[in-house]
Amino acid sequence: MPGKVVTITSGKGGVGKTTATANLGVALAMENLKVVVLDADIGLRNLDMMMGLENRIVYDLVDVVEGRCRLRQAMVRDKRLPELYLLPAAQTRDKTAVSPSNMIDICNQLRDTTDFIVVDSPAGIERGFQNAVAAADEVIIVTNPEVAAVRDADRVIGLLEAEEKGPIHLVINRVKPDMVRRGDMLDTSAVIELLAIDLIGIIPEDESIVGAANRGQPIVLSNNSQAGLAFRNIARRLLGHSVPFAPLEKPGLFQRFIKLVRSEGE
Amino acid sequence: MGQPVDVTIKGIRQGLLIRLRGGTWDAQLAQLAERLRIGASFFKGGQVALDVGDQALAQNDLQAARDLLSTYEVTLWAIVSPNDDTTLVAARMGLTVNMDVGERVEAVAPPTDDDEVEDLSSGVLVIDRTLRSGQKAHHPGHVIVFGDVHSGAEVIAGGHVVVWGSLRGVVHAGAFGDEGARVCALDLSPTQLRIAGHIARSPDDKRRRPVPEMAQVRSHRIEAVPWKKN
Repeated sequence: MPGKVVTITSGKGGVGKTTATANLGVALAMENLKVVVLDADIGLRNLDMMMGLENRIVYDLVDVVEGRCRLRQAMVRDKRLPELYLLPAAQTRDKTAVSPSNMIDICNQLRDTTDFIVVDSPAGIERGFQNAVAAADEVIIVTNPEVAAVRDADRVIGLLEAEEKGPIHLVINRVKPDMVRRGDMLDTSAVIELLAIDLIGIIPEDESIVGAANRGQPIVLSNNSQAGLAFRNIARRLLGHSVPFAPLEKPGLFQRFIKLVRSEGE
Repeated sequence: MGQPVDVTIKGIRQGLLIRLRGGTWDAQLAQLAERLRIGASFFKGGQVALDVGDQALAQNDLQAARDLLSTYEVTLWAIVSPNDDTTLVAARMGLTVNMDVGERVEAVAPPTDDDEVEDLSSGVLVIDRTLRSGQKAHHPGHVIVFGDVHSGAEVIAGGHVVVWGSLRGVVHAGAFGDEGARVCALDLSPTQLRIAGHIARSPDDKRRRPVPEMAQVRSHRIEAVPWKKN
């Protein structure tokens, strides 16, 4: 079966696209699948850092497009998982160095040898976005439970629907249960109602994500993280498994207090 | 030319088709200017084809029309005319000539006699999906949406607007000045609601249980009332 291209996009910047790409790529590879994560954010590449692979890059996507190397040579093998590769973006060029048809070509070449190609889209709805979604079989929209992020997600969904791209899945990232409880944050059901697309994951806010990203260790590799578990669940849902959504709005204040006392006692 | 000036506006797939008939060219342009002024927000950003009939027009005539339209941010892209002189001039100005206007998306009722309101609201645009942020529908007649109109989306109609869903975006009914135009939705909570020259916002208070509502102009202001059988 040819590999599937899944593009991660959002419209708004800073909602966690690259984090989601890195973690979803790793999570799929942990399911023993052959995975390529492809950074389409040319000129502002970050995916390599989050994967901890920056210092292994020799060639990049633009080198492949412009014929300076073969596709295989540009792919950076992950240092942890043998079947995970990164196809990095160029840092010294911009979005115009690649066209949507280039992306389709490259993804088609990758399909033969991989199970999943996870494409990290840049923010915005311009050329970079058009490149990122050109080859997509499925699209994951990442949003935060904030009105601006949801509005931009809605715009992007509209553009994708107009091009008949899909299926489109929704990931709500950086949900803070206590803020939702106080009514300061949109709750997940409000976001789903506003966007009216299929939910595939809810990622709780997790401070360890930042540290993990800085160390180049996607959070999904750590066993005791709620966020990591949420990414593993997204991978399994993408594979067609039915995984129930963990109750997020719990635990209550009292339970958290008990947990706090316990952990301090250890 | 003895007949009175007649300006009619229709929706075609490529934008709007404006038909100019009767009177002199200057009189036609004057009436077009008046239409543009009244419906400025409707026309803004649109593209227009002019059906000028069998008039022999020179380049400065067409340029005058183009300039007039561009002051309302409307692009003139095509000329429809059986007159060879006119089409030659138009082609030389880089305009499309006598394109296929048969491709109408919506049924446009046959032109009726001098009944301006009837004429403007003829033709219904049916949108069978949800309009998301950034998507817009501009139409000279009525607009029906089977779906929601999200925040950031825009519906501008010469006639009524009916939304079988929730309406959260910006809506303008009666964009040519028809104060009798109405806006109906199952959940009427638009960012902004305009009817003819009136503007209203949804109340700022927290969301109540949505009921179908209809907005209309009553004694010079927009009022929303429950939408039910009269």
